[in-house]
Amino acid sequence: MPPDRHTGRVECRAVTKMFGEEWARQVVVDDASFVVEQGQLNVMIGPSGCGKSTLINLIAGYEAPTSGEIRLDGERIEGPGRDRLVVFQETALFPWMTSLENVMFGPEVRGTNRREARQEARRLLEKVGLKGFEDKYPSQLSGGMQRRCELARALINQPKIMLMDEPFRGLDAMTRELMQEYLLRLFEESRHTVLFVTSELEEAIFLADRLLILTAKPTSVKEVLTVDLPRPRDFHVLTSPRYGELKQEALEALYEEAVKAFAKGSKAAYDLVEAFGKRVGGG
Amino acid sequence: MRAAGAAKWACILWTLVCAGLGFFRFFDTTFPLNPPPGVHGELHIALQAMRAYRFWGAIWLAPAVGLLVVWRMKREVDEDPAVLRTKAERRRPLATRVRKAVLNVHTLRSALGVLAVLVVWQVAEPLGIPIVNRIPPFSEVVVRFFDDRGLFWRDKYWAGWVISLFRIFSGFVLALIIGVPQGLAWGISRTWKAASFPVFEIFRPIPPLAFLPAAIYLMPTAELSIILVIFLGAYFTIVLNTINGVYNVDKSMQRAALSLGAKRGDIFWKVVFPGTLPSIITGATVGMGITWMVLVAAEMIAGRSGIGFLTWESYTAGDIPQVVVGMASMGVGGAICSAIIWRLGNNLTPWRRLF
Repeated sequence: MPPDRHTGRVECRAVTKMFGEEWARQVVVDDASFVVEQGQLNVMIGPSGCGKSTLINLIAGYEAPTSGEIRLDGERIEGPGRDRLVVFQETALFPWMTSLENVMFGPEVRGTNRREARQEARRLLEKVGLKGFEDKYPSQLSGGMQRRCELARALINQPKIMLMDEPFRGLDAMTRELMQEYLLRLFEESRHTVLFVTSELEEAIFLADRLLILTAKPTSVKEVLTVDLPRPRDFHVLTSPRYGELKQEALEALYEEAVKAFAKGSKAAYDLVEAFGKRVGGG
Repeated sequence: MRAAGAAKWACILWTLVCAGLGFFRFFDTTFPLNPPPGVHGELHIALQAMRAYRFWGAIWLAPAVGLLVVWRMKREVDEDPAVLRTKAERRRPLATRVRKAVLNVHTLRSALGVLAVLVVWQVAEPLGIPIVNRIPPFSEVVVRFFDDRGLFWRDKYWAGWVISLFRIFSGFVLALIIGVPQGLAWGISRTWKAASFPVFEIFRPIPPLAFLPAAIYLMPTAELSIILVIFLGAYFTIVLNTINGVYNVDKSMQRAALSLGAKRGDIFWKVVFPGTLPSIITGATVGMGITWMVLVAAEMIAGRSGIGFLTWESYTAGDIPQVVVGMASMGVGGAICSAIIWRLGNNLTPWRRLF
């Protein structure tokens, strides 16, 4: 797969998304303008329940913005397509297909040669460390394996951009860290454009080239931080002074939003404020 | 590729049309009630049924088997030779597999369970357990089954099996053929559902047996009226389960499929349909149970043959052990049918077997 650093630039211009009828409007995304740079690992962070998933759905094309426009490499996004791949919060592997069939799904529905598709799928499964699990159904795989299988299913389509909506949520801490490192390795190898959504700051800074900090609901982008930690990265980065600085900076921006959301009674925001307090208290 | 697809659909259509024609050819004729001398009436009917179906059966089974063979072959060709080899090595010899399937701890447990019930049944009378002791004991029923006037030696008993199974099969398959597509359509299209589902909902609470008088009046033969009632018994359950199954297919699956470049047809055949299959199978299993309940009542009223009819006949003759023989036959028949459906269902949904 040739690494292509020049596609996958997503540009959102004054995107607004509202739900509900006129008398009960709920503004979820409010006038958000931002850019997802190509060839970089863009991470979006904000308190949970702030509309991150809605933004992903808009970019994926599952929903249309109420106003404003989203462009992928200059082309307006009209609906879902295979140039933007979504890795969901909960696994969206098809339970009735084996992992090999799952990975082959994309090429198959596009009508490519089955034999080639099969070879490519096997190669990718091996690459994500699932050799020998080709004939297993998703229910036979562990959580981490399912996510890796999903990565392979996304990669086989050579998307311009991968949209990852809190993909490591629900994994245990150890698996999660391994998956983060794994994702970093894959990314540093291929330099696919990635938009990664998370609500965990450590994860965000560890992975990101660019960190998009979202405001509380209604969502827009509050601040963009460039994370200039050296690549390739591993867990040693977590103890570097620059990491601490970045974290401090991001926390301050997030704290404001968390307080705002807290005033509206959001449980998630409350958790965030509390976590912030602990960190400050602990030095 | 296009030609192959057209041929496939032609085969499927042919199969359905022939099966349908054979079906009506058989059931639209009123059987002559006077069998040739020396042949028992019930056996005569069963033989006639089978003969009528043989021609049509052959004509539709051929393409169906052909389709199945092609499908299997395609699957084999698709596999990589290396994978096939390891699979073949893993496969144990037939004798071993059969032994493992029959002589295992599960079979033993099931046998013990059945045995326990039989023992309770047998000792109920000497022990004086209320109500149960009024049932003729197991040994008496067995003796009645095998004695020189016992049902075991009578043609009409075995012909009854054939006829009853045939009715069940016809009604049930009809319910599947009509109910599953209808359920899928209602699950997928809101417009379609809004337009026609209320009608279904009005018919649903009417018990199938309440349709029996109308069915006898409407249908040209008694056979068809029985099959209509059996069909209704299975149909409603199958449709409801199918609709529910469509609703339970995760929305994110469809979104994922869209993102992977799937078109509407792919989403239906590769996402919605397999996602609904477990529910369809549940519906079919429940429907099969209802089918047996309805069959017996329908045969008692409208039929002149079949296991249900024999049971009723024995009751009017005051032969209670024989009534129990009939009941046990229905129980065994229903259990076998359910087991077949479970088995088929498990084979169709291999991903559900794994835990």
